[in-house]
Amino acid sequence: MPNLQLDAVVPMLCVTLGALAAMGGEALRGKGPRMPVGWFGIIGLAGAAVSAVILWNPTPEAFREDFGVIVADNFGLFVTLVLAVVGILTIMFSSQVIHRDNLPAGEYYALLLFSIVGMMMMATATDLLVIFVALEVLSLAVYVLTGIRRDNLAGTEAAFKYFLLGAISSAFFLYGIAFTYGVTHSTRLSAIAQYLSAQSMSGEPMVLVALGLLLVGFAFKISAVPFHMWTPDAYEGAPAIVTGFMSTGVKAAAFAAFVRVFLSSFEPFRDLSAAGPGWAPVVAVLAAATMILGTVVGVAQGNLKRMLAYSSIAHGGYLMVGLVAANAVGKAAILFYLLAYSVTNLAAFGVIAMLGARDRANDSLRDYAGLWHSSPGLAALMTVCLLSLGGLPPTAGFIGKWYIFQAAVSAGYYWLAIIGVLTSVVSVFFYLRVVVMMYMADRDGAPEPARVSGFGMVALTLSIVVIFYLGILPAPILDFAGKSIATIF
Amino acid sequence: MLLTLSWVIPLAGAILLLLVPNRDGSRDGVIRWLALALSIAAFAVTLVIWARFDSASADFQMVERVPWIPAFGIDYYVGIDGISLLLVVLTGFLTPIALLSSWEGIEKKVKEFSVFILALEAAMLGVFISLDLFLFYVFWDAMLIPMYFLIGIWGYDQRIYAAIKFMLYTMAGSVLMLVAILALAYMHSESAGSYTFDLLKLYALEIPRTTQTWLFLAFTVAFAIKVPLFPFHTWLPDAHVQAPTAGSIILAGVLLKMGTYGLVRFAFPLFPAAAHEFAPWIAGLAVIGIVYGALVAMVQPDMKKLVAYSSVSHLGFVVLGICAMNVQGMQGAVYQMLAHGISTGGLFLLVGMLSDRRHTRLISEFGGLKNSMPRLTAAFLIITLASIGMPALNGFIGEFLTMLGAFLWDPRFVVVAGLGVILSAVYMLWMFQRVYLGPITNDKNARLPDLQPREWASVLPLCALAIAMGVFPSLFLAPMELSVKKVVERVQTGQPARADNAGQRVRTE
Repeated sequence: MPNLQLDAVVPMLCVTLGALAAMGGEALRGKGPRMPVGWFGIIGLAGAAVSAVILWNPTPEAFREDFGVIVADNFGLFVTLVLAVVGILTIMFSSQVIHRDNLPAGEYYALLLFSIVGMMMMATATDLLVIFVALEVLSLAVYVLTGIRRDNLAGTEAAFKYFLLGAISSAFFLYGIAFTYGVTHSTRLSAIAQYLSAQSMSGEPMVLVALGLLLVGFAFKISAVPFHMWTPDAYEGAPAIVTGFMSTGVKAAAFAAFVRVFLSSFEPFRDLSAAGPGWAPVVAVLAAATMILGTVVGVAQGNLKRMLAYSSIAHGGYLMVGLVAANAVGKAAILFYLLAYSVTNLAAFGVIAMLGARDRANDSLRDYAGLWHSSPGLAALMTVCLLSLGGLPPTAGFIGKWYIFQAAVSAGYYWLAIIGVLTSVVSVFFYLRVVVMMYMADRDGAPEPARVSGFGMVALTLSIVVIFYLGILPAPILDFAGKSIATIF
Repeated sequence: MLLTLSWVIPLAGAILLLLVPNRDGSRDGVIRWLALALSIAAFAVTLVIWARFDSASADFQMVERVPWIPAFGIDYYVGIDGISLLLVVLTGFLTPIALLSSWEGIEKKVKEFSVFILALEAAMLGVFISLDLFLFYVFWDAMLIPMYFLIGIWGYDQRIYAAIKFMLYTMAGSVLMLVAILALAYMHSESAGSYTFDLLKLYALEIPRTTQTWLFLAFTVAFAIKVPLFPFHTWLPDAHVQAPTAGSIILAGVLLKMGTYGLVRFAFPLFPAAAHEFAPWIAGLAVIGIVYGALVAMVQPDMKKLVAYSSVSHLGFVVLGICAMNVQGMQGAVYQMLAHGISTGGLFLLVGMLSDRRHTRLISEFGGLKNSMPRLTAAFLIITLASIGMPALNGFIGEFLTMLGAFLWDPRFVVVAGLGVILSAVYMLWMFQRVYLGPITNDKNARLPDLQPREWASVLPLCALAIAMGVFPSLFLAPMELSVKKVVERVQTGQPARADNAGQRVRTE
């Protein structure tokens, strides 16, 4: 590959340097005073965000040279930007939690940053093997983060479950890569696409096996039904802020790769009207099942983290609807939805993390009774997040859902749109249960107002501003998302 | 600018109030006055809009248009015609009254209460002035949030159940409408090359018959739940009974009108062919609702529940008038919306006053109130008669016109609906008699204070308007006449005569 351009890896490089600095800083500091390790991460992520914006190509007609298997196309850069935002917000929320819960700061931040590197790589990789490596990089870091409270039984159990099922899904994925290579003699996405579209091999069982295995691998990572079993346990056991990070960052990265692989390499197999169903109907059914199961089971949860785990499963379903629609609106909708969902969900987990205490997690629904009276600000922020997750105007979540459903309707998937809107009504029911607790239920005794650090406050305020900005003036970002996918697929 | 101003004032006011520090409740008084002043300012704006409205034009007036999401042809596009004009004024009028009604009844969290009322007003005004379907939907859904909190926080015992039921019922209907709106926008992009949510452009869209049916049903169910049309009414008694007085006034006075307004503005003119097909069925449900609501109201022991069921009955007349699809029926429907807003708003206000004094709303707890509070009794009598539809009061004009319209269309419906008129006299007067007439049977009722100055301020305008609307109906009918004619004309002539198979194109893509 001649004429390698290094600028495609600059965002990742920034984050990697931040991670190394965090690790080195922790190793070299003396005993006693704490190092502000988080700052390294924020600087690195800010660097990644800035370089992503600079690299973003306003005239997508001109093809950008890539670094072999990593490509800095607008799609990848958009996701990189989302991941940088997720990372910065996570670090800001974490700053308070780490000290309170006595987590090892150096390791925590380094792992967080390394996993973000993996995510960014996953979003920009154009080779199945590189995607796999990226998947492993991010997964290993997140497994450890899940169990970072080593003295906590639930956390350890969650990490172990997550690891086992994650390993299985990796195996599926790798198997899928092997089959793909066996048929097409390449792991490069563009080469696979060329090979598949050149030959009429729709009836070829090997391709379908490869496709199926890859689909299962991705479905595990985005916790689509029926491969979602690990999600509630892992989300409930992990520290709240790590859960927030997992449910947004990991999902965004996995989705980026999912979209890239399925809409570029396997695009010829999207809809095989001649020789049986392609992957689009299958994904449509998975999407419907994911939306329905995520919301219906969410209704029955009494633990807020577990409830949000199911809600995040459902949101994965909405994202899949965009993938099924696969028109210009749908692809842009996925990007917009990822941003809207990530900020909202992360902020919700941020509030949960703020309310936690060292000795108890404070995440049962009962713990939120009367929160309005003790911490009116946090209760209001939580309400905004929940309304946004439920898709009520004027919030980011509403615009995101509208965009997804518009895509589905425009692609003729009326039934998916109808399932989508109905499940969002059901989801509003369980989001409202939290609101009911916070505003309308009384608590025995007067709880202390939660203490929120300055950093946490800034992060919460930022999230709320973004949620309302995306909800009220979405045009610039919709435009940005639209341009980000314009010439890629 | 005026239209934008009308909804921005309450919204900005709500945000302003949020910023007033009031942790310990020491600034409750300031907040009450500030909220009242803001809502009166918004009312003043709506009056200016009325004053500047040109009754000689059937077009949308005071139109403002700013691109919002250009890629999908979504605009901030507002304007009013004769139909929305008076509903806007009604909203502006009832909000200060709602705030006045809660002056003493609401003691906890006054700031938040005022914020939600003002936010609710902003969203309601937005619904009536939107000419872009997307914008309309945003206001329509956003309105649920403040109402949900008003019922859930400040309501009575079963408030949480009622609040959630209200929210889910309304949302379940409206999300299907959202899908229909998206389908409309998509169909426009198929035929004209670009997405649009512009109502006037979508009016011109030729929609195949079978597609019309589905879209019409999606819209109509959303509105029918809001009205509420029998059998979608079960959320209403719960929401009304549990809501605080201010919530009930706004709910009955304005929120229910959004359903009927939606039928007039969106469902019928957008899908005229389907409207013709379904009008008899909808009218049938409306008539059932008229009689059913009246019968159920008759046996209620609780005054608030009685008034709530009377709403089901009265709104049935509105829907019947709309279904008649002629000028008399539509005009009567719009008039009845206004009249019902005044009289039922007034009834909830007065019942709220009794409930504030005695902390009960059971009819059996009262009796002979005429002796202890003659002025309140007089006011109640006026509003009661208005609600029944006595000539020279507001209810009469609306009911008369809707029945006239329905008679011209299909007299059978009127026969049954007429029964509702009689029944309404029965249950309202019977309640009046049990509560106010006769000797005082319960000692607690002997020394109840009569109307206070603040209460006068809220009751007097309602009574005055009830009489004015009955004596000078032309004042209110004139501005809406041309707009109503235009809608009727659209519904009557706008049937695209296309074969059914034309619908295949859209569905297979």
